Amino acid sequence: MTTKTSKSKSTTTKKDNVLLEVNNLTTHFFTQDGVVKAVDGISYNVHEGEVVGIVGESGCGKSVGAMSVMKIIPNPPGRIVDGSVTFEGENLVDLDESAMRKIRGNRIAMVFQEPMTSLNPVLTVGRQLTETLELHQGLRGDELIDKAEELLARVGIPDPRGRLSDYPHQFSGGMRQRVMIAIALSCDPKLIIADEPTTALDVTIQAQILELMQGLAKDYGTALIIITHNLGVVARYADRVIVMYAGKIIEEGSAEEIFHNPMHAYTRGLLASVPRLDATDHVRLQTIEGLPPDLIAPPPGCGFAPRCQKKVCKCPETPPAIVEIKKGHYIADCKCCMTK
Amino acid sequence: MTTKTKKTTKNKKEETDILVNVENLKMYFPVTSGVIIQKEIGQVKAVDNLSFFVRKGETLGLVGESGCGKTTTGRAVLQLYEPTAGKVQFNGIELTELNANEMRAMRKEVQIIFQDPYGSLNPRMSAGDIIGEPLKVHKLVDNKVQYREKVAELLSIVGLSPYMADRYPHEFSGGQRQRIGIARALAVNPSFVVCDEPVSALDVSIQAQVVNLLEDLQAKFGLTYLFIAHDLSVVKHISDRIAVMYLGHIVEIAPANELYFNPIHGYTRALLSAIPIPDPTIEKTRERIILEGDVPSPLNPPAGCVFQPRCTKKDKCKCSETTPVLIEVSPEHWVANCECCMSK
Repeated sequence: MTTKTSKSKSTTTKKDNVLLEVNNLTTHFFTQDGVVKAVDGISYNVHEGEVVGIVGESGCGKSVGAMSVMKIIPNPPGRIVDGSVTFEGENLVDLDESAMRKIRGNRIAMVFQEPMTSLNPVLTVGRQLTETLELHQGLRGDELIDKAEELLARVGIPDPRGRLSDYPHQFSGGMRQRVMIAIALSCDPKLIIADEPTTALDVTIQAQILELMQGLAKDYGTALIIITHNLGVVARYADRVIVMYAGKIIEEGSAEEIFHNPMHAYTRGLLASVPRLDATDHVRLQTIEGLPPDLIAPPPGCGFAPRCQKKVCKCPETPPAIVEIKKGHYIADCKCCMTK
Repeated sequence: MTTKTKKTTKNKKEETDILVNVENLKMYFPVTSGVIIQKEIGQVKAVDNLSFFVRKGETLGLVGESGCGKTTTGRAVLQLYEPTAGKVQFNGIELTELNANEMRAMRKEVQIIFQDPYGSLNPRMSAGDIIGEPLKVHKLVDNKVQYREKVAELLSIVGLSPYMADRYPHEFSGGQRQRIGIARALAVNPSFVVCDEPVSALDVSIQAQVVNLLEDLQAKFGLTYLFIAHDLSVVKHISDRIAVMYLGHIVEIAPANELYFNPIHGYTRALLSAIPIPDPTIEKTRERIILEGDVPSPLNPPAGCVFQPRCTKKDKCKCSETTPVLIEVSPEHWVANCECCMSK
């Protein structure tokens, strides 16, 4: 990880800009079957006002990575075993629960995947909105209701005053996700982590929600981490893209770099396996043979080695380090995965 | 729907290669209230007056958002639901008029692949038994040796190893389970397969494997697919023609490329623009049409054009009273004839 450290050093020159610095974050789950290395030493930065997309297939650790930043990993069985998460100069990993509670929903907010289950069904939407405002901003009475109404209006819910007293089941899926976004926005956070925010929604509603999130993030200068498996969403909304595989980051770069000049075999395979809507000719889809590795016993070196088409790999023993091959374009330094 | 009927009859004169012909298919579900004495208080018009046909050996894609009736259409075509009204002809045989026994025999020809590879396989049956059950039901094998040979053959056709026949569903990954579902459908050697969201539950790299497998099998066995999915990119990739559904109605049918490069209906255009293309450069310049609101409830659908409440040009709409019919705007390209929805 030496090369990676030099990266974070180089960014210290514009340190004022870095909002979140994740360094060698490692989260393991201690289960009966063994230790699941869900997130295994990931490092990345998020700058102020930036939209970062984290992509990968299910089980690659993208959600666990985000939950580790918020420290909402269920313990037991999960635990952050190593690494640091520096947010506005503070290491979140060292904070205790009460200090963490002051940050969650206040300076870092999260939008979860399932709008059906992430809202409490027995509380009104108004109550769930005002809870964060009461806790973090100390608002009371009419002020509280006015602010909640303003938030619902901001996310485009018609008749916001009337809907405050409605329960989540009276909202459609898209509307519920709007409520979640309103809750996330309530304390003007510096960073919003959206974990698969639109996976459960239909495409036309997905477009509504993502446009709304992007617009609001831009208006308030909020940084946004979008975690998704949808490469199209990342291409449309992200400034920078992080590709994860088997608990590790294997490639990171600007959206243009990742989509036009992908270097890692997995990134290339992933892009080639998605049918393109704008394709004119019928091209057979490329597949990545095999399955992602079992994270209880991952391959010792490059996590992609068992599925790599060029098994002439020289890195089966040590995990590849992250190197910068072009300005702002980082890749896991595995010789065989990098060759075309 | 007069125009549409004209179309199918006209086509039938010209073409004899239509395998499945659906006319004015309606599928309404009753909504009841009351605990002991159930009273019908309404109807969910899941599928309303649908007409389309599928040619031999082609793939017709059926896209739409959740709740638009695409799965119901697939099931009603296969008589898994008894349609409220309408005709479904398979190879000239009227399926809606068959009795249970005749229909069971017919199921050798028409099969379905289900969406959820976790829910559609019986966890207490081994993969071999799941694949072999249709062989027993339709008495396609004479003895155990033949049975085991046939199961092994089916497993290898879908890219699994014959020794996996004794494993149970939980021992397989999602992609492998979907392969078992495909092998089960193919066991009776059907000519028409309804693929109901076969890849929606799978990761992209696995999705590509299954899509390729479906294409290979189509080429090998001359299968005809009705491919139902909400992911327009996948549908466009695999389909020859695509039908776009909205709230129980087909709003547009066209060949795959024609639909993408020359969409006419307002809903099709909005749907296409809502799907992001994995290319940031293209994305920066693409036109985006963001529809307002949600899909109306099929319990109480809007009169006339179903898309009207979300139409960007609804102020000028003159079709709020009568349901628009499909008209052919260019060869093979049919659009619901709603003036405001068709204008750009």
